[in-house]
Amino acid sequence: MELLVTLPLLIPLALSLALFAARRHRRASRIIAIAGATILLTVAAALLVVTHDGIQVVAIGEWPAPYGIVLVADLFSAAILLVCALVSWATIVYATGWMDAERERTGFYPLVFALLLGVNGAFLTGDLFNLYVWFEVMLMASFVLLVLGTEKGQVEGGIKYVSLNLLASTFFLSATGILYGIAGTLNFAHLSSVLAYVDPQILNIVAVLLGIAFGIKAAVFPLFFWLPASYHTPPVPVSALFAGLLTKVGVYALIRVFTLLFVHDPGWTHTLLLFCAALTMLTGVLGALAQHDVRRILSFHIVSQIGYMIFGLALYTPLGLASSVFYLIHHIVVKTNLFLLSGLVERTFGTGSLDRLGGLFRTHAWLGVLFLVPAFSLAGVPPLSGFLAKLLVIRAGLAAQAYLATAVAVLVGLFTLLSMLKIWNEAFWKARPDHSMILHDTGRFPARLVVPIVVLASVTILLGIAGEPLLALSSRAAAQLLDPAAYQAAVLGTVTVQAINGGV
Amino acid sequence: MELLFALMVGTLYGCSLYLLLRRSIVKLAVGLILLGNGANLLIFSAGGLIRGRPPLVPEGATTVPAPYADPLPQALILTAIVISFGVLVFAVALIYRTYRALSTDDLDDLTTTDRLGEVTEAAHRPLVPIATITQSADDGR
Amino acid sequence: MTTLPSIILRTAVRWISPLLLLFSLFLLLRGHHEPGGGFSGGLIASTAFALFTFGHGLETARRILRVSPPTLVVAGITLALVSGSLAFLAHKTFLTGLWIAIPLVGDTRVELGTPLLFDVGVYLTVIGATLTMLFEFAKE
Repeated sequence: MELLVTLPLLIPLALSLALFAARRHRRASRIIAIAGATILLTVAAALLVVTHDGIQVVAIGEWPAPYGIVLVADLFSAAILLVCALVSWATIVYATGWMDAERERTGFYPLVFALLLGVNGAFLTGDLFNLYVWFEVMLMASFVLLVLGTEKGQVEGGIKYVSLNLLASTFFLSATGILYGIAGTLNFAHLSSVLAYVDPQILNIVAVLLGIAFGIKAAVFPLFFWLPASYHTPPVPVSALFAGLLTKVGVYALIRVFTLLFVHDPGWTHTLLLFCAALTMLTGVLGALAQHDVRRILSFHIVSQIGYMIFGLALYTPLGLASSVFYLIHHIVVKTNLFLLSGLVERTFGTGSLDRLGGLFRTHAWLGVLFLVPAFSLAGVPPLSGFLAKLLVIRAGLAAQAYLATAVAVLVGLFTLLSMLKIWNEAFWKARPDHSMILHDTGRFPARLVVPIVVLASVTILLGIAGEPLLALSSRAAAQLLDPAAYQAAVLGTVTVQAINGGV
Repeated sequence: MELLFALMVGTLYGCSLYLLLRRSIVKLAVGLILLGNGANLLIFSAGGLIRGRPPLVPEGATTVPAPYADPLPQALILTAIVISFGVLVFAVALIYRTYRALSTDDLDDLTTTDRLGEVTEAAHRPLVPIATITQSADDGR
Repeated sequence: MTTLPSIILRTAVRWISPLLLLFSLFLLLRGHHEPGGGFSGGLIASTAFALFTFGHGLETARRILRVSPPTLVVAGITLALVSGSLAFLAHKTFLTGLWIAIPLVGDTRVELGTPLLFDVGVYLTVIGATLTMLFEFAKE
């Protein structure tokens, strides 16, 4: 059991080292990467199964909590871990058919696994400062991945991404320092039991600081500007990986701290989140409508979709949180898939600009059908996973009587459909413009590019048609999130929790 | 002592904020460095300031005598310094490359990735082959 | 242009660098029970190579180091990972310290443990990481 919780960290680390050693051998690298991703996927699935029996806790080095470092896997983190492992598997398989020799030799695969190490660490850690460290591991890897290959846009996007994320890290660090000063501990479980005795005014400040830090990373309104400026610049597999994983770690952190730590004054903190959520949905989708490039449209949609997840969290009801978890899982799969698909479009025409695309349905009908699955799912058309996710969010909103925000959610769903249809009309349906040139006219792509897309599309369909198990899982995860006492008992066990009042 | 630290932290945050709002990329980087230092000092003072009592067990004793400095903030700061050092080295390298690529130090000129319309080609145009960081790190024998 | 045209520096570096390397090893071994350790040791050791870079140029420093800095980083992290994973062999949690005591003459014993191995890993990683950055900037 203990090994199973540690393995999602050890496997990416070991693979990253092995792949760095083998970076000059392209073929060997690809085989190791795909095999490693498959193992990681298996381990994540096993972890989810084990977590059904209760929250799994491992004290690293056998130093007991709250003094040592703990890894905690509850249903929420295990479920997100599994779906992240799935999309990273898909992206890695896709990348083996996509990446150019130069990027592969300069360490693309080791960096991907370093990124996964950070992501998995962030999901599993039970300690605020460790969360910071894992965030930095993730960011370091993503910085280098973002600028790997030296294109002009990449360097520019890199500057924006790096500076704003560094700013977020400093906010995070400041909040951590203040929290340690007032509570004397940084262990999540210990904090959640201690914070009840702390002055709520100071806690509000810390909550806002952490909210800003995670809000920048999750690209919440008004802190999202770095995302559409940078996500479309790197190679497609990197974009897809970022789109699927990075902002979702921010959302995960938001959900974690605003269900476990800052629940002293939901009327204030969670209402603030509600405003941000509604505005995030709206600005994201409006930004997307203005764009004329496939990957930029999709980047803005990431922002808009983040709003839905924060919406569920802001409601702070069992149904709301269940909708957040469901939405998160659905979104990771769908968004990664859309980016992978945009890669095939870009590869066919040599550009992702809508003005130069057209007539794809005539030449690549199957690509059009494959595109419609995640696109309609993103917009919330039944019977795909997005329909269930949106339905849950809207039901939760109505039940919590947040009518205005729910109306925004419905409206944004329509706009999303509009902007997906825009891509469909421009890229697939309209006649091919005269000045466009098809680079790849055979209608056949290597299997390594197509299989991941088909797998993710089938997951989307499956989650839509047979959404019951995921729904049950989300509800259970939400119930667990709303029960900090169970989390504390699992982590701290028999250690008597001493309330520390005021400073150290 | 606490007051002094608080003022120092405030000054650092203020200066860095000023620098972050400037248009120069170099000043942006310096601002981020200062902000990191401010955050580290904040952690240090938030953990409580106790002078001259390191948390070390003396020879022959089994515990540390009562008033001693909290070692955890120091450990946190050390970690944070190492991380921010690494990230900043990367940022400086990136800034240098940006300067080589765009011949500008002005953040307002970095609009390729934000403009609408026909800029995708411009964004994906390869630069003059300046060795990437990892690439050149690799062939270092 | 990284080589400083200073005969004093060039001569001094030849004497100081070995001393710094020795001192870094001392810090590394002292680190378990007293102030010191892999991190500070690694920094001191990389100072030695940094001085060489300034005094005798990048190529000389690279030749003296023999291995490439990124390789040192990978070796260091691998060592740390192995030292943590050894605990699995004893059916303990990751990173749990394992100790063996080797008796020497009389009552004196040397206690060796996985934390020391971990520290060596940190030492190598720090040298590797610092020198990667330094050499990179020294090229410009």
